[in-house]
Amino acid sequence: MAVVSTPATLERAVPVMDNAEVLRIRNDFPVLNQLVNGQPLVYLDSGATSQNPLSVIEAEQEFYEQRNAAVHRGAHHLAVEATEAFEDARQTVADFIGADYAETVWTSNATEGLNLVSYALSNAALWAAQGRGDAGLKDLALQPGDEIVVTEMEHHANLIPWQELAFRTGATLRYLPVDDAGRLDLEHAAGIIGSRTRLLAFTHASNVLGTINPVRELVALGRAAGALVVLDACQSAPHMPLDVKALDVDFAVFSGHKMLAPTGIGVLYGKQELLDILPPFLTGGSMITTVTMERAEYLPAPQRFEAGTQRISQAVALAAAANYLTETGLDRIHRWEAELGQRMVTGLEALPGIRVLGPGAGQERIGLAAFDVEGVHAHDVGQFLDSKGIAVRVGHHCAQPLHRRLGLTATTRASAYLYNTTDDVDRFLDAVSGVRDYFRA
Amino acid sequence: MSLDQLYQQIILDHSKARHGSGLSQTEAPEGASTGQSHQLNPVCGDEVTLRLAVSDGKVAQVSWDGAGCSISMASASVFSELAEGMTVDELHGVIDSFREVLRSRGKVHADPELLGDAAAFEGVARYAARVKCAMISWVAAEDALNQAS
Repeated sequence: MAVVSTPATLERAVPVMDNAEVLRIRNDFPVLNQLVNGQPLVYLDSGATSQNPLSVIEAEQEFYEQRNAAVHRGAHHLAVEATEAFEDARQTVADFIGADYAETVWTSNATEGLNLVSYALSNAALWAAQGRGDAGLKDLALQPGDEIVVTEMEHHANLIPWQELAFRTGATLRYLPVDDAGRLDLEHAAGIIGSRTRLLAFTHASNVLGTINPVRELVALGRAAGALVVLDACQSAPHMPLDVKALDVDFAVFSGHKMLAPTGIGVLYGKQELLDILPPFLTGGSMITTVTMERAEYLPAPQRFEAGTQRISQAVALAAAANYLTETGLDRIHRWEAELGQRMVTGLEALPGIRVLGPGAGQERIGLAAFDVEGVHAHDVGQFLDSKGIAVRVGHHCAQPLHRRLGLTATTRASAYLYNTTDDVDRFLDAVSGVRDYFRA
Repeated sequence: MSLDQLYQQIILDHSKARHGSGLSQTEAPEGASTGQSHQLNPVCGDEVTLRLAVSDGKVAQVSWDGAGCSISMASASVFSELAEGMTVDELHGVIDSFREVLRSRGKVHADPELLGDAAAFEGVARYAARVKCAMISWVAAEDALNQAS
């Protein structure tokens, strides 16, 4: 019998995603299987919130049917089961982003994670001033003359907490401008990030422009300045491989509901040595060691930042979502979505009167595209697309300063995920091609 | 409910015509009592600044500037045409009626005798997300009217 040997590299090669696979994936998402305004739903609003696969919905249901109890207290069987599920979920999600278990803090969402860091840092100034806590806190305390640097493309969630931190501490907020093509200018950035910079916060991938920021270069600038680096991973963690240790950021945040999990759960990653000394943001039950009527001592991370009864079932569901994404392969998902993003931009740029924000066709972008339709307000564009069963986001996408920079108040955004086919993008493009005629623009 | 019932011809026409727009280039009539109101919908960025001039108990002039979707711009245009010449009391009645229709989720029909072209916005009431678009200039007008009268 003739034996044909297969080269090892070929055996291991994982096929790229295609429409056939996506159609199988779609079977896991019941919500996608419906008619909207008489037409099959095309869901292109995953940048705002994603849909849930059955495995996630079932994980949450199974928790409530089999294991529901308060965690970290009580000696009974269910309490043990619930605690195990909750902490196993933490390990799964830590592995998902290349973090250690104790560096993975549950939050409600990315917004809460960023506010947690912002308040922990201003609390550090208060503690340091009174000689409370670790001696290292004085190095984390911001004061007048210090600078916080963000970018002009930030979501409000990664802007306003830093505006308020600057207000509370007397530090100054500066920003890295965005060029007309929707990119940060690194040379310009090197002139802004300097010895006064104590904190640098930026998004991994823009929720409006689709740009992927040069994280390594920005982290290097932050490190050279001795600044803390905060990464908004809301549009990256769900869509591409993320390794927070390899990126060497100090903090990173993301939301579960943008990565196939329910609302109400998110993650803050922080380097252990920082989390263990930072003062807590919220205080109360479950995060203390000793409490007297006068004061309390706090647990190390992650419990230090998890006051009160936690979002247990959501954490379990988020772990199920992470598993779903890992099994599909984030690198494969990223490549598929990049292809859909290119298809969107190429198609949109071919239409008269359409201005795509951010990188043009052929340039790197994630699987989303925001655009302006000349003579038609985004709200009307969204309504028109909805009448054809197509769900997109309209408005400023929580990035008013970026829109102002680009001379716009509102745009329309289509954002894809692993369950979108090229047909979805084509139906969307076909619908957009009719918008200006309908509104006689 | 079809899209054409929301975007009736009359609405699309008014969204282009924008009667009464050009506040910054328009002087209020001499001797009239005026009120002005700025309204912003942070969700979609719709924005209207509307000035209303009252003279001898009647609306002498409506003038506005704004940016927004076709519903919000058409609504400001329709309001401007409708309000001029009305007494203050009549206009309060019209605004109340318009608000009642828009907030009814489609249960209350518009009275074309009372609302004129504004009756075309009846279809908007079925689109909860768009009610504010239709109301924004009317909210500004009510505020301006209270200042002017």
